Amino acid sequence: MAGTALRRRLTWQVAKVSAVSDETASVRTIMLDVPDCPGHQAGQHLDIRLIDEDRYVAERSYSIASAPGEGVAITVERLDDGEVSPYLTDELRVGDDLELRGPIGGYFTWEPADGGPLLLLARGSGVVPLRSILRYRERTGSDVSVRLLYSSRTLDDVIYRAELDRPAAGGRGDPHADPPSATGLGRLRAARRHGPAG
Amino acid sequence: MTGTSPVSRGFHRRRQDLGENAGRIPPGQYLTKDFPVLSAGPTPHTALDRWSFSVGRDGRQKSWSWDEFRALPSQDVTVDIHCVTKWSKLDTSWQGVSVDTLLDLAGHDGPFAMAHCDGGYTTNLPVEDLTGGKAWVAYAYDGRPLEPEHGGPARLLVPHLYFWKSAKWVRSLELRDTNDPGFWENYGYHIYGDPWREQRYAGD
Repeated sequence: MAGTALRRRLTWQVAKVSAVSDETASVRTIMLDVPDCPGHQAGQHLDIRLIDEDRYVAERSYSIASAPGEGVAITVERLDDGEVSPYLTDELRVGDDLELRGPIGGYFTWEPADGGPLLLLARGSGVVPLRSILRYRERTGSDVSVRLLYSSRTLDDVIYRAELDRPAAGGRGDPHADPPSATGLGRLRAARRHGPAG
Repeated sequence: MTGTSPVSRGFHRRRQDLGENAGRIPPGQYLTKDFPVLSAGPTPHTALDRWSFSVGRDGRQKSWSWDEFRALPSQDVTVDIHCVTKWSKLDTSWQGVSVDTLLDLAGHDGPFAMAHCDGGYTTNLPVEDLTGGKAWVAYAYDGRPLEPEHGGPARLLVPHLYFWKSAKWVRSLELRDTNDPGFWENYGYHIYGDPWREQRYAGD
């Protein structure tokens, strides 16, 4: 995948919240109307910028949860001591503006031409970019075999549970997820992340 | 940069007032007490008897074994670090060899450097950002040998640039005439990466 360089300048733009849906008690998916939408790859992320009345600025990165071609959605987990995530999950409403730029990253991405098989590992909200890959695989009718190993603290914390429980569209190959398990993998450490080394 | 941006309805600053530290946090960054770990691949584990460090032009580099490298004069430094994923950490303590020392021994033989690492990671830097007491090859953190997940046995430490430039598991500084993009720079991250000018991505 090397050399899929993204050298386009990333400018900030104001998107509008078109819909929100709760995934769990602390996780919300936010769908966005993005005026200048260059399209994204499955696995990329966005930067979000919030500004308060004193012009204080907070920025965070969120993985894109939707598949290429579906429009842009992010899924956000509320961290109670956080500054940005409680705003996005509790305060932001349909019709609000949200400033963002992206898509960003091109290393941890997948498209059908990359082939497979795919073994996707996540815990908690780490499943978000993998969900983009799973949905893209389904949308494109790819027959690449894929397995998701996904760990959550409890069954109620499983993000996209209904979607992951349902067999792959068209019954191609194996169902694309094992039933979620509360005991699962414990504290899984993902070997690959989409952000630069820190 | 944010002059025309709209206020986010209902958003209020939540983080504590940073007081005297406020001037130490670059724009768009938040303070963390943790030391997050983000890597582009699995953590390599190179045995110290197979480890070496090289500086210079491709094909004519000065090399040190681990024991030779540890025998070089070292410095203790306490610096603030800033990751492009938005966290900043203050007063981190490191021990390592100044890149000035390495270049004085190997020769100042080119204006740009490409750092090469175990695992294949690369990142590019101007040599002038590696000299003048601004950069180290660090092998200890907080008084202890640098752990593999934080880049041990040794990582580059260039605290005035975003921390992806402080390459983990660094094994060589290859000097060259051109400022060619390294790994993340090829994926759209900024060629230079100054956190105070918020140079996160190409074109910033």
